[in-house]
Amino acid sequence: MTDFWAQVGALARRSIVRTSRQPAAVIFPLIFPMLLLLVNSAGLKASTKLPGFPTDSFLAFALAVPFIQGALFSTMNAGTDLAKDIQTGFLNRLSLTSMRGVALIAGQLAGVVVLGLVQAAFYITVGLIVGVDFAAGALGILALFGFAAVVSISFGALGVFLALRTGSGEAIQGLFPLLFVFLFLSSMNTPRDLIDVDWFRFVATVNPVSYLIECVRSLIITGWNGDALALGFGFAVLIGIVATTLATFALKERLVRT
Amino acid sequence: MSRDNSIEVEGLVREFKKGPRAVDGIDLRVEPGEIYGFLGPNGAGKSTTVLMLTTLLPPTAGTARVGGYDVVKDGPKVRSVIGAALQEAALDPMLTGRDHLRLQSTLQGIPRVERKPRANELLERVGLSEAADRKVGGYSGGMKRRLDLALALVHRPRILFLDEPTTGLDIQSRTALWDEVARLAREDGVTVFLTTQYLEEADVLANRVGIIDHGHIVAEGTPAALKAEIGLPSVHATPVNGADRERLAAALAPYGEALGSASREVVVRLREGLAGLPAVVRAVDDAGLTLASMEIQAPSLDDVFLAKTGRSLEGAGAEAEPDAAEPTA
Repeated sequence: MTDFWAQVGALARRSIVRTSRQPAAVIFPLIFPMLLLLVNSAGLKASTKLPGFPTDSFLAFALAVPFIQGALFSTMNAGTDLAKDIQTGFLNRLSLTSMRGVALIAGQLAGVVVLGLVQAAFYITVGLIVGVDFAAGALGILALFGFAAVVSISFGALGVFLALRTGSGEAIQGLFPLLFVFLFLSSMNTPRDLIDVDWFRFVATVNPVSYLIECVRSLIITGWNGDALALGFGFAVLIGIVATTLATFALKERLVRT
Repeated sequence: MSRDNSIEVEGLVREFKKGPRAVDGIDLRVEPGEIYGFLGPNGAGKSTTVLMLTTLLPPTAGTARVGGYDVVKDGPKVRSVIGAALQEAALDPMLTGRDHLRLQSTLQGIPRVERKPRANELLERVGLSEAADRKVGGYSGGMKRRLDLALALVHRPRILFLDEPTTGLDIQSRTALWDEVARLAREDGVTVFLTTQYLEEADVLANRVGIIDHGHIVAEGTPAALKAEIGLPSVHATPVNGADRERLAAALAPYGEALGSASREVVVRLREGLAGLPAVVRAVDDAGLTLASMEIQAPSLDDVFLAKTGRSLEGAGAEAEPDAAEPTA
């Protein structure tokens, strides 16, 4: 078992080192969601005047979105990194060691979690600097870090699954816009009960991304909300279980070693 | 634990969905501490064989034991006794040489206290100490190959698989790698299974050579025995005056079979081997011919390949091996 955790640690370290030495892989997931946040906040500020809008600060309302966008970037990074390993034969090198397959997935995800926590710290810091008042307080901020870790694992596992299934970094990058569609078809810009268009409200209601965003949003603007937290963490864990299971099966197919 | 360093293969077959049998029933045995050169053109089945012997590709049929372990039933045990540098030096350009060694030694279960000294020892041995903390993305091809070899040796394997380890390297890097491989076999008793398409590499390094073509082993033995089997040396003589070519050919005709030559050179395979050489020189002298050059050429492994397959190894590489990710149904 000691060997297993040492393997996870070594693979996680490699994942972090590799990402940290590619500035674009670190900076883009930090900057892009912030730019989108600024643009949306400026353009949609008037939404706060809608009756029933839960806060008078659109910035506080929208600050939840970068957490999920960052996780989507994690999906792409984890996936493309692993796909590169498959394409270059690096996975074969790892396969020739005593590495356990589960350690590969766990190590890759541990690296994604670290990046996810860095992203969360950055978004929270930006929020504090621009004056967002975190309604759930210091413990709520701690919960946000926990949620960021869970969502990173879930979405990272999805990236790992896609990489193992397709073995192609290009295929994963091609799927990335599709994942963004889920984000835009959620309650990212408007609370679900204020969405006027029926089909959009329906799609946002059945879209799990809405509940991930609302979980973060509740900690920022309404305080401790058991339903929102249960749904958010519940969907995040469910996505994680499904994605990790799929990734484990895909790994068995990919690692054809005897 | 078995201390068997040998490789035993019987009737090994690998079929792919879209293509012929990449490996078609090969038998071979590599003795402990031996350097076995597996020679053949591109697409002959060399890499597919290595993938099967290193447990990365299940055979379609046949058996193979590496280090005393069955490659199908005892995959983890096989991997624990082998090291492998596969065809492409698969390295992470973002990691340094030392990062790679740290990762590899952890995954191979080397105790923590031994990892650093082992890494330093290997970096020193392959001449990468100074470049150890540079990102691999900036390494030359030769440096990558040397790091690849160091990574394969991290856990002190008893059997080493090297799949075309010097392809694309300059002669200096190639020679350095040959020296290290020879030292491993000589001093550490490591069994080396080396695939190559370079005749010289097989000739210089290998104790024995297996020649594979279209998935079949067409010849096997020591390089000297294989060459002796097919042939006698040939004399290549060129007259100073081109008009003397026919007279020169007539003078040499009694000493062996004339071989084709496009230039004014006359080539004769010496029937009595090198023992016939003095008579050849006398015959040229007696005929009053003046030569611009005269060379004796021993048969090469290419001649062996030519004799066994009817094609020259240089340029025989027609088709690449099928994609190993497409197993047979």
